[in-house]
Amino acid sequence: MPINKNVHLTSKVFSKDIAEAPTRDGYGIGLVEVGEANENVVVLCADLAESTRSAKFKERFPERFIQVGVAEQNMANVAVGLALNGKIPFASTYAVFMPGRNWDQIRISSCYNNANVKFAGAHTGISVGPDGATHQAMEDVALTRVLPRMTVLVATDMEETRKVVHAAVDLKGPVYFRFARAATPVFTTLKTPFKIGKAQVFHEGSDVAIIGAGPIIHSALLAAHQLVEQGISCRVINSPSIKPIDADTIERAARECRAIVTVEEHQVMGGIGSAIAEVVVKTYPVPIEFVGMQNSFGESGEPAELLKKYKMDTGAIADAVKRVLKRKR
Amino acid sequence: MYTMQKLHSLPDLNRMANTIRKDIISMLVEAGSGHSAGPLGLADIASALYFNVLNIDPKKKNDPDRDRLYVSPGHTAPVWYAVLARAGFFPVEELKTLRKLGTRLQGHMDRLTVPGVESSAASLGQGLSIACGCAYAGWIDHKNYQTYVILSDGEHDEGSTWEAVAFAGHYRLQHLTAIIDRNNIQIDGATEDVMTKESLRDKYEASNWHVIDIDGHNIETIIDACNEAKAIVEKPVCIIAHTIPGKGVDFMENDYRWHGDPPGKRETERTPAKDKQAAEALKQLRTLDGKIDNMDL
Repeated sequence: MPINKNVHLTSKVFSKDIAEAPTRDGYGIGLVEVGEANENVVVLCADLAESTRSAKFKERFPERFIQVGVAEQNMANVAVGLALNGKIPFASTYAVFMPGRNWDQIRISSCYNNANVKFAGAHTGISVGPDGATHQAMEDVALTRVLPRMTVLVATDMEETRKVVHAAVDLKGPVYFRFARAATPVFTTLKTPFKIGKAQVFHEGSDVAIIGAGPIIHSALLAAHQLVEQGISCRVINSPSIKPIDADTIERAARECRAIVTVEEHQVMGGIGSAIAEVVVKTYPVPIEFVGMQNSFGESGEPAELLKKYKMDTGAIADAVKRVLKRKR
Repeated sequence: MYTMQKLHSLPDLNRMANTIRKDIISMLVEAGSGHSAGPLGLADIASALYFNVLNIDPKKKNDPDRDRLYVSPGHTAPVWYAVLARAGFFPVEELKTLRKLGTRLQGHMDRLTVPGVESSAASLGQGLSIACGCAYAGWIDHKNYQTYVILSDGEHDEGSTWEAVAFAGHYRLQHLTAIIDRNNIQIDGATEDVMTKESLRDKYEASNWHVIDIDGHNIETIIDACNEAKAIVEKPVCIIAHTIPGKGVDFMENDYRWHGDPPGKRETERTPAKDKQAAEALKQLRTLDGKIDNMDL
């Protein structure tokens, strides 16, 4: 079977009736868990408690929940002041506003200061849907990945988002992680390994490697599953740790598959695909196709319609695999 | 290394302010770049805070009960480096390394390299938010430490400053004292010409702060205001310290053009020749001719 047994994906991974939940739910659940375990955890909110799911934490620990109002710049630096004095602050709002609006605060006061702040970017990717381009964050990984001392994590489903919250607490230093609005398949399990700096092979294969992060990894698995019937063997690698990135696993994929498709719900410039390409060109250069937002803004629509129109769905990934195979030497 | 002790007499505190001014001029001349006006104007406040007001000890830099001083305008680094060195946080000789390759004393303050610096700073409009977070952490932990933050008047153009003013007032943050260096200049000119700031008092009061206006060169008044601020526990306190930029150097005082240059790098109608400016600046500080008015005590 091409699915890697060692990563313990749900048996329903290719089933139509797989359970779905938004990755943001994993944030709310994870926050309550780390809040139970560590009394230094505090949560800051910029008037979006329900939408980001930080309301879960507010219900459980009202005394450690700090409402700052619609003031993302202040939120970032109140978090820094808390972190410099022993707290482990999670600041959450839509990613278009953080890092979008307060990048300067994040750069100087969190990263240059090496403050232990956890930035949670909500409503990322085109699957934000009907709110349209203004609210579809597709630049946040690029903005945070360039910052020295910053760790950047992108979870693939609700369960992995929950693990990301735990990992963010365990790591001392600034962390940015993103999650999304729409319900997407929950296909990893409690037993699926997650470690900062590590990628996991979810689907075995040797013709092309599909590498990326976020809910789009499930679409990559579906594409790989369909392509098996056409005689194309795809290795699907989930790489939630964008920085630090798992260069070893990516290099091995480049050497063994000799063609790569990167997948992300993010601009292809400077994002997840770029991070993967940086590793590939330094270790074992091979052709790469980039599935993601191609230097444009999104628009209103339902998530599935938008993913199809902007070529980030299963069909688009399969097409990219065929394109890269033609370039393979 | 020098061990810090509190100074309890005004002449001693005034002498310390003058020592800090000499250090500022010497280090700026040695560096060949850096900011003159703000640091010289803040020397009396720095002396009063570090040698009388603050409950801190260079031997216990991470004491959870220590008072915290955050500096928002990171370009005023020379005055804080000078006072930290004089207070025993690092050797005074190190001041000569300001802005040089490999130094701990970066052009703008770096928390990770300079002992005693509570937060890195440079981009304006950020320090008050950080101080709010510090005061909020103290409230959660039932601590009684005082959080001080130095703000420039220029950074009140930044919207983020006002986000933090609202936050502190909304939560009635206790043990939080903001000191505004109201020197009326910013890089491009007089503050009210560049962008109206007034009335700072009315704006802070409207946001639920207690406001005290003082002469920022009168050390007795500075200490009195800090004590008053400590006594007010129901809301945050803003001390508007009226200062003279470039205080102590005649050819720099009240001239916005000295915001970002060291002695010897700029000629105006009031200056001696460039090569004579450093010596003249130090001579003015040494002569008790009223340039530093509280030296007449």
